[in-house]
Amino acid sequence: MKTIRIGAGAGYSGDRIEPAIELAEKGDLDYLVFECLAERTIALAQQARMSDPRGGYDPLLGERMRAVLPICARNGVKIITNMGAANPAGAAQATRDIARALRLSGVRIAAVSGDDVMSWLRENDAPLDNGATFSALGNRVVSANAYIGARPIVEALALGANVVITGRAADPALFMGPLLHEFGWAMDDWTMLGRGTLVGHLLECAGQITGGYFADPGVKDIPGLARLGFPIGEVRADGDLVVTKVAGSGGRVTPQTVKEQLLYEIHDPRAYFQPDVVADFSDVQVDHVGADRVRVSGGKGAPKTRLLKTSVGYVDSYIGEGQISYAGPNAVARGRLALDIVRERLALTGVRMTEARFDLIGVDSLHGPAASRAGDPYEVRVRVAGRAESLAEAARIGAEVETLYTNGPAGGGGAWKSAREIVAVASALVPETAATPIVTIKGE
Amino acid sequence: MKLRAIAHSRTGDKGNTSNISVIAYEAKHYPFLREQVTAERVKAVLAGVARGAVTRYEMPNVGALNFVIEGALGGGVTRSLALDAHGKSLSSALLDLDLPEPG
Repeated sequence: MKTIRIGAGAGYSGDRIEPAIELAEKGDLDYLVFECLAERTIALAQQARMSDPRGGYDPLLGERMRAVLPICARNGVKIITNMGAANPAGAAQATRDIARALRLSGVRIAAVSGDDVMSWLRENDAPLDNGATFSALGNRVVSANAYIGARPIVEALALGANVVITGRAADPALFMGPLLHEFGWAMDDWTMLGRGTLVGHLLECAGQITGGYFADPGVKDIPGLARLGFPIGEVRADGDLVVTKVAGSGGRVTPQTVKEQLLYEIHDPRAYFQPDVVADFSDVQVDHVGADRVRVSGGKGAPKTRLLKTSVGYVDSYIGEGQISYAGPNAVARGRLALDIVRERLALTGVRMTEARFDLIGVDSLHGPAASRAGDPYEVRVRVAGRAESLAEAARIGAEVETLYTNGPAGGGGAWKSAREIVAVASALVPETAATPIVTIKGE
Repeated sequence: MKLRAIAHSRTGDKGNTSNISVIAYEAKHYPFLREQVTAERVKAVLAGVARGAVTRYEMPNVGALNFVIEGALGGGVTRSLALDAHGKSLSSALLDLDLPEPG
């Protein structure tokens, strides 16, 4: 039975680059996929494009392409990525320029655009998951991108593209595209689309299935994490998958690493909503079949909803933050005194905040006071964070932490402050016809 | 006994909702996990963060439970004031759950 080998070269925008080079060189791959677009990334990319119309794609696109394009061209590996972010055409142009500068021939680059659904949301004033409607965000909206499916990627591959660059494609669609192209699965074969989604879901976070984000010393040990190998999926025409990695790379592929990723960011495992299918993982089997080889079988699906999840990026607020450390005997008491002082100062000086947090890192910052243990830690770090409606107001929050240097409890050190604009993301559902995916070939 | 003796876990996030898997190292412990690690207990052990509804999904095919916790991420990953805005560390809190010795 025909088998395709797909590597995952990135699990997020800032991910390591050498594991992708290792995959391109030694993975015996047919496809190398880079998933680089988190919920908020596309909104930030849209802001970048507003200040530079040629920008708005992944900041590491150039570095990644220069590293892998020559190897992929030599080994006949096709590249699929959502590094186009808010400007797939610009990313394709930049990639073509790199291919030319490297004197590579036969590199055919496709840009997939058309995931921007701003006009539909504006005309229909769609409800958002935060309880408001689109119009309530007014001029604070910076982006609205629908998660589109695999169809335009299949179209690009059918046009002979060996590099496909999308914007807001659903993460699993980046992997489903090549499977549909290679195996000819029908767009209404819900079982195979469910299995293709499973393949994409397991591989899209790269190192998270090969032992990354898994180690717990003495309990769950993983060797070679500094040289973690990224995953390879060997996918059969019937959707059966073996997850593995390059021999000699760091990390491990075990049923445990695969199961953690199977449930990662899943809600109801019987209904994982995707643009092309509602995938169902309730019959998936995970089996060890060799060293760093895990077989994943099963998976099914139900008809798609014909609705696309859409990320609406908007300027939400401004967060101001300050931190300072205390150590040695009575560190916790001095930290608490510091928090009390800042709380009182913020009120006294009239800093306008809609929300605030007063944390002691090392004691209660992650899971609240109920989770903290008896017995004082040797050192603590005070952290105050507050939400304001202007950058200037937000800056006053961190400033009140910094002034603890000369005005606060004894021995405070390492003060730090920041104030930043918060581009947040709300979700909406749009009919699939609101998005109009377009494939453009950017020449050889 | 702590939950971490027989199970491992990973947290994921979508918007203001967190999901935490609880996966048995050995299939024989799955029925015990199913009996002991209820949505109510998870809500209690994560009382500092789990403000909304907790729903449990069962996956006997891989010996795992999946907990979906609404309103757990400070208004959403992209706008939370929390140090760990994604709630990535919640799995470690859940693995600290006290359990009786399995029969």
